[in-house]
Amino acid sequence: MEYKLIFKDYNKSLKKDKLLGLKCNDCGTVTCPPMMVCHNCTSTNLEIVEMAGTGKIATFTTSYIGSEGREGELPITIVLVELDEGPWIFGNLIDIDHRTITMDIIGKRVKLGHKVFPGDKYSAGDAARPVFSFA
Amino acid sequence: MRKVVVLGGGHSKFCFNSPKTEIEMLSEVAMDAIIESNLTPKDIQAINVGNVLGDFSEGQGMVQSFFANDIGCFGVPANRFEAACASGSIAIRDAFMWVASGYYDIVLVGGVERCTAMGTPLATRTFAMYGDSRYEYPAGFTFPAVFALLAHLYSDKYKIPLPRLKEMMAAVTVQSHEYGILNPNAQIQKLLTKEDVLKSFMVSTPLQLQDACPFSDGAAAIILASEEAAKKLTNKPVYIKGVGQASSGKLSSQYRFLPRIRARELAAEQAYKMAGLTPQDIDVCELHDCFSIASFIAAEGLGFFEYGKAGEAWERGETRLGGKIPINMSGGLKSKGHPVAATGVSQAYELSRQLRGQMADQGRQVDGAKYALQDTLGGDGVLVSIIYSNE
Repeated sequence: MEYKLIFKDYNKSLKKDKLLGLKCNDCGTVTCPPMMVCHNCTSTNLEIVEMAGTGKIATFTTSYIGSEGREGELPITIVLVELDEGPWIFGNLIDIDHRTITMDIIGKRVKLGHKVFPGDKYSAGDAARPVFSFA
Repeated sequence: MRKVVVLGGGHSKFCFNSPKTEIEMLSEVAMDAIIESNLTPKDIQAINVGNVLGDFSEGQGMVQSFFANDIGCFGVPANRFEAACASGSIAIRDAFMWVASGYYDIVLVGGVERCTAMGTPLATRTFAMYGDSRYEYPAGFTFPAVFALLAHLYSDKYKIPLPRLKEMMAAVTVQSHEYGILNPNAQIQKLLTKEDVLKSFMVSTPLQLQDACPFSDGAAAIILASEEAAKKLTNKPVYIKGVGQASSGKLSSQYRFLPRIRARELAAEQAYKMAGLTPQDIDVCELHDCFSIASFIAAEGLGFFEYGKAGEAWERGETRLGGKIPINMSGGLKSKGHPVAATGVSQAYELSRQLRGQMADQGRQVDGAKYALQDTLGGDGVLVSIIYSNE
């Protein structure tokens, strides 16, 4: 059985600021990032949908350390965003002063853009990730 | 299913910059375990080895086979187990199933890692491989960041103001170092104050350097045997009473439960059920305190405290010697060190000695301990619970 939506196509779309997910035709739950099955009911009766790209910050951290080769990105603010369709997604918060962020940003509305991680020798190519700014 | 006994063990001093190779570290502790178990290498029927990063730290894959040969277990089948930080624990669980099933009578389980040879940038990169590489790593995923995200979520969900939560988290570090200083195998034998923790380098808000376990080198080994085989070898058997293991998906996919780790709760439920025990029965626990906040999430998921209440319990001393549930009398990952795949085997080594009353000389014996629980978290995906008893 083939995936309905593989990383390659998800990545290509995110590079155009279009976040793709999978809507379950059996239970209605949206799965994003994509999986083989609906993450709620395990159905494979899924269709590709474009997410609105809006949501609210569920939690965050500003990192002052990073992996080999990514030191130039620091400090970096990582967020888990609760998308309006329900699922949470990993991304970065941009257009802010990293050193002034407090717990008050939890719950704030954000909108999606993207930035490409160019990849390193371990990563089998590049990968776009969501970046969020306040809506 | 047959009863399974933990015989002897071996444990290296956990350290920075080990002068020994992974095979050397593992061979030394394995020979200690074999000798303490009144066995010889010829008695070992199978070998399970936890090892995660040998490929990166030494350019050494398949460490299990060369290790088996080095200790004279010529031709003995040896398998490598990988589940990030829970590698040693899945190696124990599988060995338990092999012995319980009757297939083998005596199995050697080891775990080894040499993280510090990689240096911090590469070590951080390789640790991050145990998150989702395509959907989460690109955003800067590291394990400090994961537990930092969970710390803020914990503060928000349980309505504990962040400065207050930070104080509670500091209490974990302070306690860990108080016991670690008593453990001759611990990597960082130094007392820390709450102020030391709160003034340390900010790693990933709100987690500071002293909220985090170190990178470590080290090895540990234990021998598992059937009850019948063990009768001839020891008069102080420690039994494995229950085991549990569960998997989770990428961190974002766990959103319905976070900051709880559902897989931990599933693993613990399996272990408690198999052992016929409840959290109230446990006398001593080693849990996966890779970060201070991880201790709260673990202790609550294992059923020792209500959700959002573990920090107060640490502050009240309920997790100390003589408290409601003594946790990490070894110093935990924070003070003892965390050589990834050695950690689960180290926890088993510690708890089997607690249950034999062998920690009195070190001043960290839980008097009369009958039931012990081991909790290990691998990446954000593999959770293992193992319950031991001396009766």
